[in-house]
Amino acid sequence: MEKEVNILVVDDEEIVRDSLGGWLEEDGYGVEAVESGKKALERLPERSWDLMLVDLKMPGMDGIQLMDEVRKTHPDMLIIIMTAYATVDTAVKAMKKGAYDYFVKPFNPDDISLTIRKIVDHHRLVKENLFLRKELKKKYKLHDMISKNEKMLEIFELARTVAKSGSTVLIQGESGTGKELLARAIHDESPRADAPFISVSCASLTESLLESELFGHEKGAFTGATAIKRGKLELAQDGTLFLDEIGDISLKLQMDLLRVLEQKEFRRVGGTDLLPITSRILAATNRDLQKAIDAGLFRADLYYRLNVISIHLPPLRERREDIPFLVDHFVGKFNIEMGKEIQGVSEEAVRALMNHDWPGNARELRNVIERAMVVAKEHIITEADISLSVPPGGGNHRTKSLEEIEKAHIRLVLSENQWNVARSAQVLGIDRVTLYNKIRKFDLKRETIAPKT
Amino acid sequence: MADCLLTTTRDMAAMPVPPESLQAGRNQYYSTRILKEMLKEVPADALKLLGVTEKDLCIPILTYVFGEAQLGGTVAVVSLARLRQEFHGLPPDRPLFLSRLRKESLHELGHTFGLVHCRSRECVMSLSNTVSDVDGKGSDFCRYCRAMVASGADAGRRGG
Repeated sequence: MEKEVNILVVDDEEIVRDSLGGWLEEDGYGVEAVESGKKALERLPERSWDLMLVDLKMPGMDGIQLMDEVRKTHPDMLIIIMTAYATVDTAVKAMKKGAYDYFVKPFNPDDISLTIRKIVDHHRLVKENLFLRKELKKKYKLHDMISKNEKMLEIFELARTVAKSGSTVLIQGESGTGKELLARAIHDESPRADAPFISVSCASLTESLLESELFGHEKGAFTGATAIKRGKLELAQDGTLFLDEIGDISLKLQMDLLRVLEQKEFRRVGGTDLLPITSRILAATNRDLQKAIDAGLFRADLYYRLNVISIHLPPLRERREDIPFLVDHFVGKFNIEMGKEIQGVSEEAVRALMNHDWPGNARELRNVIERAMVVAKEHIITEADISLSVPPGGGNHRTKSLEEIEKAHIRLVLSENQWNVARSAQVLGIDRVTLYNKIRKFDLKRETIAPKT
Repeated sequence: MADCLLTTTRDMAAMPVPPESLQAGRNQYYSTRILKEMLKEVPADALKLLGVTEKDLCIPILTYVFGEAQLGGTVAVVSLARLRQEFHGLPPDRPLFLSRLRKESLHELGHTFGLVHCRSRECVMSLSNTVSDVDGKGSDFCRYCRAMVASGADAGRRGG
């Protein structure tokens, strides 16, 4: 019978086969015992064997010859050599040939138990590792992205097609719509799947930091550059470089990036050598780049360079029919992660979820479900478990766009900091250039001058 | 032991250790051969038969065993030899010796109920190759193993 761990015993002595077989079965292993190397080779394809216990001296094919034969088809097979001849020579020879261990007959039961347990534990870790890797990969496969929405299905189809090509893709959509998830899925469906997927969030770094993050720098390129640093462009070699929030980078970096994309070569900051670019570029933004171009904040030529293939992810409120599927998906996912057994969501709760506007899109939905599962007392998530965000200040904010709220917030922070741009940028968590751009974009002006005393 | 096994126990007249089980040059007895002889002596109304011997036991491939059982079968045997402190050069300790005997007897009988070694250190079915392993483990079955023994004892009572 095929067990979790299967051991093949090869020994020409019947008494050894019988006694070792029975003893190993008491330990819960699947055991098969055969009398010759020839028989062993016949049995090899029948099960997925984890370990072979092989007698060294056998008529015909001896243990070491058998080991050589097995390695031809099963190079990773773990083999323990058994022998009645306690000579250092044979031990050394067997170990050199790649035997996992070496036992002199009769064995001390404790030695062999511990060795096999060690192998089994190791084996379990390897299996678990493989499983987790697969799970991790699966997470980003397109067929695991969930939608019944026609527009989304078209997007998946397009993504599957473009994945095969090396073209640059620009993914646009509100935050939380799954831009990075789609980028990862494109990477994983592409021939580059085994190479790295490197993601850079362009909005979170200052101009100079982003520059050295992307291109890397040579030792001594600037104060603090004490060692050579490889940039993300280099790290994504043969893989995919995902530039998130591309709409937030400064005009200077836009120019640098354009040049690099055109010439397919770059230099590290402070470096002289030209390095080739072998990674594929995917970019994403939640901004309307067309508007940004009109406002002079984004270079049209870079836009056209990035926008070879354009994918626009619709917000969740435009594909409400997906909400129940996403809810099921998140409940299942968190059941596993939290070790819970939530069966689903009550009808009233589903209605509430369907009626919400989801400014934070699928990410917001995921967070709402995660929270609900933490607080849920029953096996069903009820309306009371669901906490939906209402914009601050009540109803009239519902009609305001994100941009209007952003503008008001920037004005507030600037006036709180007496229009000190550096300090305000720090408070807002963006770089100075971005803040200057926003001031220009929103046409913000200093209204009152703080009286000097 | 009877409560752990959920059945009744009774003693039987001693039988001689089969001479052919002696392993030449080792002064040890081959437990599998003893089990074979015991099988011929199982009373008709007995669910299981446990043999207890002073002899040191082994199977040819191992230097020693504390006992052996027919996995999912009827007979089991345990040796007293290595359970005594004296074997390890220490002063006698009767309570400790009896506790080891009880554990190993339950362990081998557990095998006859089809149980394999249990991963729980609390369980008497956990693997023990040394006396310190025996001393470290619990003296009763874990919940899971007890359920297996119970269903085996039930089937035995029904005559299955």
